[in-house]
Amino acid sequence: MQKTLFDKIWDAHVVKQVNEGPDVLYIDRHLIHEVTSPVAFLGLKKRGLKVFCPEKTTATPDHNVPTVNQNQAIKDELSRHQVEMLKMNCIEHNIVYHALGTEGHGIVHIIGPEMGLTQPGMTIVCGDSHTSTHGAFGAIAFGIGTSEVEMVLASQCIMQPKPKKMRITITGKLNKGVTAKDIALYVISKISTSGGTGHFIEYAGSAITSLSMEGRMTLCNLSIESGARGGMVAPDETTFNYMKGREFAPQGNEWDKAVEKWKNLKSDENAVFDTEFTYDAADIEPMITYGTNPGMGIGISQTIPSTEGMEGSDKITYEKSLNYMGYNPGEKMAGKKVDFVFLGSCTNGRIEDFRQFSAFVKGKKKAPNVTAWLVPGSKQVENQIREEGLVEILEEAGFELRQPGCSACLAMNDDKIPEGKYSLSTSNRNFEGRQGPGARTLLASPLTAAAAAVTGVITDPRELLAP
Amino acid sequence: MSYDKFTIIQSPAVPLPIENVDTDQIIPARFLKAVERKGFGDNLFRDWRYNKDGSPKADFPLNNKKYSGKILVGGKNFGSGSSREHAAWAIYDYGFRVVVSSFFADIFKGNAINNGILPVVVTPGFLQKIFDEIEKDSNTLFEVNLEQQKFTILSTGENIYFEINPYKKHCLQNGLDDIDYLVEMKEQIKAFEVA
Ligand code: SF4
Repeated sequence: MQKTLFDKIWDAHVVKQVNEGPDVLYIDRHLIHEVTSPVAFLGLKKRGLKVFCPEKTTATPDHNVPTVNQNQAIKDELSRHQVEMLKMNCIEHNIVYHALGTEGHGIVHIIGPEMGLTQPGMTIVCGDSHTSTHGAFGAIAFGIGTSEVEMVLASQCIMQPKPKKMRITITGKLNKGVTAKDIALYVISKISTSGGTGHFIEYAGSAITSLSMEGRMTLCNLSIESGARGGMVAPDETTFNYMKGREFAPQGNEWDKAVEKWKNLKSDENAVFDTEFTYDAADIEPMITYGTNPGMGIGISQTIPSTEGMEGSDKITYEKSLNYMGYNPGEKMAGKKVDFVFLGSCTNGRIEDFRQFSAFVKGKKKAPNVTAWLVPGSKQVENQIREEGLVEILEEAGFELRQPGCSACLAMNDDKIPEGKYSLSTSNRNFEGRQGPGARTLLASPLTAAAAAVTGVITDPRELLAP
Repeated sequence: MSYDKFTIIQSPAVPLPIENVDTDQIIPARFLKAVERKGFGDNLFRDWRYNKDGSPKADFPLNNKKYSGKILVGGKNFGSGSSREHAAWAIYDYGFRVVVSSFFADIFKGNAINNGILPVVVTPGFLQKIFDEIEKDSNTLFEVNLEQQKFTILSTGENIYFEINPYKKHCLQNGLDDIDYLVEMKEQIKAFEVA
C-alpha cells in the first residue's frame, strides 16, 4: 500500500490498536513546561506512579517567566511558584530541567530543535498546541492537554484516534518580502481556522522545499491555527544540514546511518490524502490580520472584507470581531496606527527572524509612537544575536533586546499590551485579550513588524526593501 | 482524574450563539497560574462575563438569571486555540456536563471527554433549532442520552443522533480514564520499546 509520510511514522509508533477505540501511540520525546504540567504531576503522585521514561522528557519554564532581570527572583508570586514546582517535579523524577538564565533555556518549541532533540521520524508531544512546530523536521508533533501529559509521564504513550491526512502544496517561488509566516496566514485565510480540523497536514511544493528550517518551523507552528493537529515537511538536505552537529543529534557513524534512514521519510508517490489544497506562491503577498482569529487575514494592500453575503451568527461574529478591533469593513489596513510591535514567540522568535528584522531596520530609526518588545525565543538565539552583532544594529536604530520567554504571545507575565492598543505581533494568535485584556493584535511577519516599527503605521515592507 | 459517571441528563441549556469561541475566552491565560485544578469556574469566560471592576456584564448569558442548566450551547468551531485543559476544567467546575455545537476544535474535544464533559456535535440546522427553542422558552428542557447517543428537545420531541467513539463512551459511562488503561499496559509498552 502506498503510504503518506504521516502514515509511515504513525504506524511505526502504534503499540496497540484498541478495539473500536483510539490507538495507543508511543511517544519518543516529551517536552514539558510550568503551566500545563503541575496538575499532571499531582495526578501521578495521587496514583503513586513515577515518570516512566524521564530520559525522554525535557523541561523548561517559558510561558510565565519575566523577560527582564531574569537573574533576580520572579516577582509575581504565582508565577514563581509555578516555575518552582516544575523544578521540584523535575528533581523528584530525574528530568533534565533548563532553568531560567541558563544556556539551554528558552521556549520549548525553540530549544527542542536547537539541541537536536527534535528529529525526523519521531513522535513528539507537549502540553502546548504549538508543538506542531517540530513537524518541520518530518516528525509527528502535536499539542496535548494536561490529562494527556499525565498519560505520557505515566506510560510514555498516549491514546489518540488516527487523524485524516491533508496535503497543502505551494507551487512556484515566493515574491520578494514574502515569508513563511505569510504563507501560513494566507493558507489559514483560505481554509479558515477550522479547515484543518481532524487532519494532519503535510506541506509540499517548491515554495516549501526552498524554505529554511526556521521558515518551515514557522509554517508548521501555525498549522494548529487552521484547526489541524499538526503539520509536517518531509526531511531533506536542508533538514540534515540544520541538524548536523547539534548536541543530541546522532554523531559520527550513527549520523550517517540516521541520515540514510531519514531519507526514506517521504510520502510515496501515489499515496492518497483525504484532503488536498494547492496554491501558487505568486499569489501571496505580505499578510496581516484585521480581526480576532488568525483566519481573518488579508494581503497588506487589500481592504477589510464587507459583510455582504453574511448572515445569522456568521455576521454577528464578524461584526463583534471588527467592533473589538475598532475597524470597519472596506477600510484599508495600510496606514493604520500601531502602538506596539512584538517580535518573538515560538512562531517568529528564531535567529532568522532577528536577522530579517535587524537587516530591515538597519540605518533606520524606531518610530517614536511605537513601543517595541524584541524577545528572543531562547538563550541560544539571544547569544547568537549578540555574536552576530545584531544587537548593535538594533540599538543604533533605537531598539532594545529583552530576555527569552513566551512574553507577549500570551501575556501571562508582565508583558501585556494595554487595553485598546494596537499590537503588530509576530506571534500566532490574535484572539480577544490574548496579549492582555482589551489588547488588539495584528498578526504579521517579522518584516512587516519591522516596517511598522520604523514608520509607526501598518506598512507594506516591500516599499522599504532594497530592490 | 475522577469525574462523575455520565448517564442521562435532563436540563435547560445556556445559549452562547458565538462562533469560534476560543480557549483564551473560555479561560484567559492570566488565570492559568494555579498548580491545582480547583476553582477555575469562577473565571470561566472571565472577560466576556465581567467588567474590569469585577461587576458582571448584564448582557452575557451566564449572568442572565433566565438561563441555567448543565448544558452549554455554542456556535460552530467551539474550543479553538490552545491546548489548555484549564478550559475544560473551568467548564466542568462551573457545572456544565455537556457542550453542544455544530463543530468542535480537536484538542478541546479530547480534553472535554478526558474530564467528564460530553461534547455533542449536531447539524447546523439542529443547532439553530436549539437556539430558537431556548429563545422561545429559556426553561425548555433537553435530554442527553449517552447510551443511545441521542440529544432531544423535550418540548417538541425532535431528536438527533450524535457520534462518539465507543471506547470513549465506555470511559465516560464508567468514569474511567486512559491512564488506568495505559498503566495496565506497561509490560506491552516495555516490549514495544525493545522491539
Ligand atoms: S510562544 Fe506562545 S504559542 Fe509559543 S509556546 Fe509560548 S505561549 Fe505557546
